[in-house]
Amino acid sequence: MQPDTAASASTAATPGTTDAPAQRLADRARAAVGRWEALLVALILATFIFGQSVSSEFLSADSFTTGSLDLSEVALMALALTLVIVAAEIDLSVASVLALSSALMAALWNQGLPLEFIMPICLVAGALCGAFNGWLVTGLGLPSLAVTIGTLALFRGLAYVVIGDESVTDFPATWTDRGFGNFAGTFVPNTMVLFAILAVAFGVLLHATPFGRSVYAIGANEEAAHFAGLRVKRVKMTLFVLAGTVAALAGIVISLRNSTAAANVGLGFELTAITAVLLGGVSIFGGRGTIVGVILALFLLGAIQKAILLSETISSYWVQIVTGALLVGSVLGPNLAARVTEARRRRPPQRPKEGPR
Amino acid sequence: MAEGVVSEAAAALVELRDATKSYGAVRALRDGNLALRPGEVRALVGENGAGKSTLVKVLGGVVRRDSGDMLVDGQSVDFHSPHDARDAGIAVIYQEPTLFPDLSIAENVVMGYHPLGSFKRIDRGAMNGQVQGLLDRLGVKLDPERPVRGLSIADQQIVEIAKALSFDARVLIMDEPTAALSGAEVERLFAVVRTLREHGAAVLFISHRLEEVFTICDTVTVMRDGAVVQDARIADMTPDEMVRRMVGRELSTLFPKQDTAIGAPVLKVHRLTCEGVFVDISFSVHAGEIVALAGLVGAGRSEVARAIFGIDKPDAGHVEIDGRRLPAGKPLTAMRAGIGFVPEDRRQQGLVMDLSIARNATMTRMRALSRLGIIGSGAENRLAREWATRLRLKFHRLENPVRFLSGGNQQKVVLAKWLATEPKVLILDEPTRGIDVGTKAEVHRLMSELASHGLAVLMISSELPEVLGMADRVLVMHEGRLTAELSRADADEESVIRAATGHVGEVAA
Ligand SMILES: Nc1ncnc2c1ncn2[C@@H]1O[C@H](COP(=O)(O)OP(=O)(O)OP(=O)(O)O)[C@@H](O)[C@H]1O
Ligand SMILES: [Mg+2]
Repeated sequence: MQPDTAASASTAATPGTTDAPAQRLADRARAAVGRWEALLVALILATFIFGQSVSSEFLSADSFTTGSLDLSEVALMALALTLVIVAAEIDLSVASVLALSSALMAALWNQGLPLEFIMPICLVAGALCGAFNGWLVTGLGLPSLAVTIGTLALFRGLAYVVIGDESVTDFPATWTDRGFGNFAGTFVPNTMVLFAILAVAFGVLLHATPFGRSVYAIGANEEAAHFAGLRVKRVKMTLFVLAGTVAALAGIVISLRNSTAAANVGLGFELTAITAVLLGGVSIFGGRGTIVGVILALFLLGAIQKAILLSETISSYWVQIVTGALLVGSVLGPNLAARVTEARRRRPPQRPKEGPR
Repeated sequence: MAEGVVSEAAAALVELRDATKSYGAVRALRDGNLALRPGEVRALVGENGAGKSTLVKVLGGVVRRDSGDMLVDGQSVDFHSPHDARDAGIAVIYQEPTLFPDLSIAENVVMGYHPLGSFKRIDRGAMNGQVQGLLDRLGVKLDPERPVRGLSIADQQIVEIAKALSFDARVLIMDEPTAALSGAEVERLFAVVRTLREHGAAVLFISHRLEEVFTICDTVTVMRDGAVVQDARIADMTPDEMVRRMVGRELSTLFPKQDTAIGAPVLKVHRLTCEGVFVDISFSVHAGEIVALAGLVGAGRSEVARAIFGIDKPDAGHVEIDGRRLPAGKPLTAMRAGIGFVPEDRRQQGLVMDLSIARNATMTRMRALSRLGIIGSGAENRLAREWATRLRLKFHRLENPVRFLSGGNQQKVVLAKWLATEPKVLILDEPTRGIDVGTKAEVHRLMSELASHGLAVLMISSELPEVLGMADRVLVMHEGRLTAELSRADADEESVIRAATGHVGEVAA
C-alpha cells in the first residue's frame, strides 16, 4: 500500500505486451484507490466530520489560520526531511538547528545588527550545521542516525552557549507582523505561503529533476546508484545542507511569529516532522514516497490537533496519543496490507484436494 | 550424449499437471505439465520470460499455483512454504542467489538445519567439516568460515549449489546454475549431477546454453509464453529443432563478429595493480575491436573491470581514454569520458530493483533528458521504450519495478541503460548471463554492429563459444595476472583453457 516510487501518475500509458486495454484500466483504478494518498484524504475527511461535531468553530477560516500557524515550522522542516528519508538517511538534528538559528538571531540582535543582515547569517549557519552532518555521514561514513542523535544535543548545546537562558522579544513590529500576519488580506498565514512556495520547489526537485531521480535511486540501492555514475556522496551532502538551511529558516520563522528568540524553542519538533514524513507514506527504508503524501499528512496532523484543542471535553494530551498512534499505524499499515496481499496471493488453488499430510 | 536411462513406466517423483500462475495481469504459467522420474536429468528450456522460473518456484513451494495439481510420489500435495518442499526431498537452486551476506559460507549452506551438538548447541566443527566436504566435491577453493559478502556471483552460485546438495534430495532443481560459471566449474557440477542420477535422483536443469543441455540431459521440456509446448527425449532432438520450439520460428543461433576495420587505441590500461587481486595488467582496446577477457572464475577479471571504471581505486597504474589519463576511483568521470560498464551482479550493482523499468533504463541519461533542469516522464518513457524495442524486452508496463521482470529481461535493462549513453568504450561483464538464445544472438549482433561503428568493447565472458565467436583478441587471466594474449586466429578452446589454468609455457608448444 506504499505509494509508488514517485509521481508515477504519468500520463503516458505504456502498451503492455500481454494485456487488454480494459484490464489495464482496471489495474490502474485499483492502483489509484489503493494508494496511500487516497487513505490520507479519507482520514482528513473523517477528521473534518469529527472536528465539526466537536465544535462549530472547526470548519472556519479562523481555525485554519491558527491551526496552520502552529504547524508552520514542522511543516517546513518536513519538506526537506522528506528528501533525506527518501535517500534512506535521517536527520534528527533539525529542531536543534532551528533553536541554534533562533539563538543566533537573538544574540546578533542584542549586538545591534539589523534583521535584514542577521537572517542570511542564520541561514548560512544552518547550512553549515547541515554540512557538518553531511561530512560526518559521507566523509567519515558514519550512520546518519547516530550522527544526528549526537548533533541534536550538540547544536542545542551551542544554542545555549550563544544566548544562555535569555530570550529576546524586542524585534521590530514590521518583521513580527510578517511572521504572524496573513497574506494580503486573506485568511492564509504568510508562513503558509512560504510553505507553499517551498513545497512546490521541493516537489519539483524530488519528482522532476535528475537530482530527485538520484535521491530515489540512492535510497533504493546505493550500490547500483554508484555503479550508474551517480554522485552518491554529493547528493547526500546536498540533502543534509538543505535540511540544515530549511531548519534555520524555520528558526527565523518561529522567532518572528512568536516575537521570541531563545535557545529552548522547538523542543521535540524533529519527531513531529518525522511523523509527518512517515505518515505521508515515505518509507523509512528509503526509495519510496512523495511530497504530496507528506503535505496531506501535515494537513491531517494539523486538523487533528485543531479538533482536539477546540474540544472542551478531550484533554490536549490526546494530541500526542493520536499522533503517536498514527505514526505506529503508518509504519504498520503498509506492512499489514502487504501481508494481506501476500496471504491472498498464497490462497490455495481453486481445486484443493486432500493431500497426504 | 546421455543415454535414455529413464523408463516411461517408472512412477514420477514429482509431477505438475495443468498448473497455472498469474501475477496480476501477467499469466506467467499456463500449462504447467512436467514429470520428473528417478534417474532422469531433464532440461527445461525456453526464452526469457517463458515461465521457467515460475514453474520452479511452484515446485519449490515459493509461490502457490493458482490452479492445477502437484503430485509427489503419485500423491496430491500442497506446499505452503519452501520448507514443505524440502521435507518432500526437493532441493531447489534459485536463479538469483538468496544468501545472507553477513553469515559465513558454512552457515548459509546449513541454514535452518544446523548440525547440533550437546545441549542443542550448533556444532561448528561438524558444520564446517561437512561444508568443506561439499565444497571439495564441487572442486572449489573456498573457506567455509568466510562471510558470503564480497563473494563473486559465481562463488555465490557455488554456495547455492552446495546448499542444495547439503541434504539427500531425491529431486534437485537447478534454475540456471551455470550462468555465472566457466567450463571447469560446470564440469564439476555435471560430475555431481551424474552421481545423483546413478543414485536414482531426478534432476531438473535450466540453462540457456544448449551445448550443456545436450551434454548432461536425458529429456527436455520446452516452454513458450508460459506454456509447456514439448516434452521429448534429447536423443530425438537437434539444437536447431529445440530453438525452433522455443521461439516458434527459425533462428540462427550463432552470430560471429563481422570483420571491421580496427582503428586507433581508445582504452589503454597501464600496469594496473591492486594488491592481492591483480598485478601489472596492461593492455589496450582499439576502436572497432572486441577484446575478450577470459579466465576461470576468480581470476580477477571483474576486479580489473571495476578498477577501469573507477568503482575501486587501484594501488598502482592508470587508465587512459583517447590518450587522456582518467583520475582513479571516479565512475562519473569515467562515464563522461565515454566508458560504459555493465557489471556482473545485476541485482546489486546493475539495477535498482524497486525502481521502474523506465527509471532504470534512463538512469545514465537523466541530464540529457532534462530541459532546464526538469525531467519529464514522457521523455524518459520514450527513450526507455526505444531501447526496450531494440532489445526485444518482454515487459508489462514501463512503470513497473524491474524486480518483476524475468532474469534475462532484467539483464536487457542493464544493457539498455549503458547502450543509451552511446559510449566509446563498453565494458561488459558477462553480458549475456541468463539471456536466451534468440536474444543472445541479438546482443551479439548489436555488439558487432556497435563495433563496426567504432565502439571499443571489452567483454568478460566465461562462456568459451561466446569468447571465440565474438573476440578479435582474447586476453586470458590466471590468478590475477595476464597469462596470454591470443589473436582471433590463435584462439581456440585449447589455447584459452591452457592459459586460463596457468599452463602458459605450453601454449606455444
Ligand atoms: N513477481 C512477479 N510479478 C509480476 N510478474 C512477474 C513476477 N515474476 C515473474 N513475472 C513475469 O512472469 C513471466 C515469467 O517469468 P519467469 O521468471 O518465470 O521467466 P523465465 O522463463 O524464468 O525467464 P528467464 O530465462 O529470463 O529467467 C515474465 O513475463 C515475468 O515478467
Ligand atoms: Mg528464470
